[in-house]
Amino acid sequence: MGYRAKFEVWRGDASGEGALQPFEVDVNEGEVVLDIVHRLQATQAGDLAVRWNCKAGKCGSCSAEINGRPRLMCMTRMSTFDEQETVTITPLRTFPVIRDLVTDVDFNYVKAREIPSFAPPEDLAPGEYRMSQVDVERPQEFRKCIECYLCQNTCHAVRDHEENKEEFAGPRYLMRVSELDMHPLDVRDRKDAAQDDHGLGYCNITKCCTEVCPEHIKITDNALIPMKERVVDTKYDPLVWLGRKIFKREDLEAKHATGRRSLDDAGPDNGSPLPADSIGPVGG
Amino acid sequence: MADTSGTPDVVHHTYDVLVIGAGGAGLRAAIEARMRGKRVAILSKSLFGKAHTVMAEGGIAASMGNANPRDNWEVHYRDTMRGGKFLNNWRMAELHAKEAPQRVWELETYGALFDRTPEGKISQRNFGGHQFPRLAHVGDRTGLELIRTLQQKIVSLQQEDHARTGDHESDLKVFHEFTVTELFKDGDRIAGAFGYRRPTGEYLCFHAPAVVLATGGIGKSFKVTSNSWEYTGDGHALALRAGARLINMEFVQFHPTGMVWPPSVKGILVTESVRGDGGVLKNSEGERFMFRYVPDVFREQYATSEDEGDRWYTDADNNRRPPELLPRDEVARAINNEVKEGRGSPAGGVYLDIASRRSTEFIRKRLPSMYHQFKELADVDITAEPMEVGPTCHYVMGGVEVDPDTAATVVPGLFAAGEVAGGMHGSNRLGGNSLSDLLVFGCRAGAGAAEYLDGLTGAPAVTDAAVDAALAESEKPFAVRGEENAYTLHQELQQTMNDLVGIIRRADEMEMALKRLAELRDRIPRVGVSGGRAYNPGWHLAMDLRNMLMVSQCIAMAALERQESRGGHTRDDYPAMDENWRRELLNCSLVDGPDGPQVELNHQPQPAMRPDLFDLFELDELKKYYTGDELGGHRADRGM
Repeated sequence: MGYRAKFEVWRGDASGEGALQPFEVDVNEGEVVLDIVHRLQATQAGDLAVRWNCKAGKCGSCSAEINGRPRLMCMTRMSTFDEQETVTITPLRTFPVIRDLVTDVDFNYVKAREIPSFAPPEDLAPGEYRMSQVDVERPQEFRKCIECYLCQNTCHAVRDHEENKEEFAGPRYLMRVSELDMHPLDVRDRKDAAQDDHGLGYCNITKCCTEVCPEHIKITDNALIPMKERVVDTKYDPLVWLGRKIFKREDLEAKHATGRRSLDDAGPDNGSPLPADSIGPVGG
Repeated sequence: MADTSGTPDVVHHTYDVLVIGAGGAGLRAAIEARMRGKRVAILSKSLFGKAHTVMAEGGIAASMGNANPRDNWEVHYRDTMRGGKFLNNWRMAELHAKEAPQRVWELETYGALFDRTPEGKISQRNFGGHQFPRLAHVGDRTGLELIRTLQQKIVSLQQEDHARTGDHESDLKVFHEFTVTELFKDGDRIAGAFGYRRPTGEYLCFHAPAVVLATGGIGKSFKVTSNSWEYTGDGHALALRAGARLINMEFVQFHPTGMVWPPSVKGILVTESVRGDGGVLKNSEGERFMFRYVPDVFREQYATSEDEGDRWYTDADNNRRPPELLPRDEVARAINNEVKEGRGSPAGGVYLDIASRRSTEFIRKRLPSMYHQFKELADVDITAEPMEVGPTCHYVMGGVEVDPDTAATVVPGLFAAGEVAGGMHGSNRLGGNSLSDLLVFGCRAGAGAAEYLDGLTGAPAVTDAAVDAALAESEKPFAVRGEENAYTLHQELQQTMNDLVGIIRRADEMEMALKRLAELRDRIPRVGVSGGRAYNPGWHLAMDLRNMLMVSQCIAMAALERQESRGGHTRDDYPAMDENWRRELLNCSLVDGPDGPQVELNHQPQPAMRPDLFDLFELDELKKYYTGDELGGHRADRGM
């Protein structure tokens, strides 16, 4: 059951100075790499820095490189390693180190802000949104993203080319553009911006991002390639895009599933006298 | 050894509103305050977008009536009060039931993509204690959708600010990986807050007349918990130290279904949606044991046979719901009892079986995260075999006492919303009512803070002495060298709460717990840390321990005092619910003692329900909860 494992953990700080530190540590049945890092903290290295939250693969905080593979520490079971094997943990390579296994991922927050937000039709009030399940499913796949940034870390367009960080949003945020473009009610045209502002052209479809995604999102096939195709379509024939939007709308109307249709119908009334977009004065 | 000598600098910032916590309640509060024209800072222990809200799986309860048109706020209100065994603050439950649909619809305007009904409306699913399918959901990752949607709304507000001011962060700024250690007051009023940046250890002082606490819960005081490291009761403790009161701290929800194997994942949540979507609980003898555990107060609402329970999934109007969907406290106690009486699974839980009841395709579509979680962490294929599950500490019903309409505490300028606030859920929270609580009262807290500022005369000031004292307190662990280990003390605290103030409680055990907590109180100040201020988890834990200890004392004291069993408080020595205790609330405050501030416990009366709300219930049901003299004035008395 339990055994003594050999670990090497990168220790260092923001200056960039650091080295792998060897540890020997107990491993019990069913444990994951993050359990072992916690045991190191509690018993051998109280100040070992690691970022984590949920320990259940839902928050995307504990990203690191384990034996050189970008992984979530909480979802990497010790049973995947040979008992004799030395397990090496290093911080994400693409982002600056803060301390030990923790990196500065603010690059991603900057990129998130560069993408214009969801823009709903102005004539649609809260409660009147109608979308069909089949239409929401495509963007929903991308909203499974837990923002672990493993794809951002892995994509060679920035991993090996620091200079591209300025112009390239990275797979996570190109997927966000694609998600908004596929949102049944988003009215903004995002195709030119994908290419011109967010650097979609830097992606050359090597699918490294898809390979490391812990949520198994098909980033390249379902988000980036379709986006590239639509960019090409728009460039050659803008009517193609418009035609698709119109078709989609008709399709929805046939199912009584558009916002416009719902305007005739007062919609679900839960009996509350309070308006949907305001809670009015709050002082009793 | 990193340098921690010398007096570190403190950087100062000024804002209108500080929101502490970046989960659902905090983000919704920040959005509301910003949209009402205030400059807002969000202070979050984790990275922006990682809050514990992402762990919520099942959905957001809101009576939109999309799945069953008979649903409305009155039904939701009744379900919520029943779930809380009528100890809920009725006004909070009323506002919650009325406003939840608007708060959900609003998320769609921010870009949320919920699962849909065939008509294209938001799909709603069944959950424990809810009479109708009521939970808006996205598969079983609804919390992630909620947090991402609110995060993206914040970004969109920052984009608007950028267009106007040239700075994304001019009016709404997120300070992530930031821990607040102290609140400042000027006289009675809030004046600001102090804390450190976790990555660098840099100290910041915020000058702000309004603070919204949205820090979540206390689960990290217990060993087996579904909660993440952030849940150290910071907001509860900050509120106490600032002079506010906590109520209902004895009520801690143990979610009936946490993972029990392998040991390292013990406690991780298994969503109630498994049962809402048809999963059943079985003991080692293969028996669906929940039919034996329907309490008298719920007898009329639950099926008495497996056939009736199974028919309910397709015909809810003509059948009663299966007892697997009783409120969480009932199910958790039942599982505990089955295991205790020797009918548990090998790892000490019971079986949760959806494999034999629903198709593989259905399970993978409705419960993708659960499929993934069991596959990756336990090598269990939930479409082929049952899960092993058992109770796990999940939620604290108790929290900061607030005014329902404004989320204001008794301290002027201090507001609280979400799990850190108390009252809304009474003695037990229904599944799905948490995400809606975050939105409804997060919004109200943001609005309450903005209105408070509009009426404020003169700006409260932070004194240099207060800043120096807060700084000295944070520096203490560096001055003490190595006598006690923060990790060891944390484990002792968790073991104490788990073993002695857990799901089933007894007076002698809780007295023992209080004794051990008192010992920890002496030892925690002697915790030393190695290393410097930059991203030092040992130091972070040393600071958080103070808060975990304080809330643990509140829980143990209140639990010892309440001599009845109700909701998330079960006494082995007082197994019955007592209607006289329904009128009593227990509150905790901090008073000066010989060795510094001490937690003090007091009784306060529960406010009586407004007559029109009282009349929403049948007299026969109220009789199960109320004393005879409280029942006068019901419509039945007036011949209605």
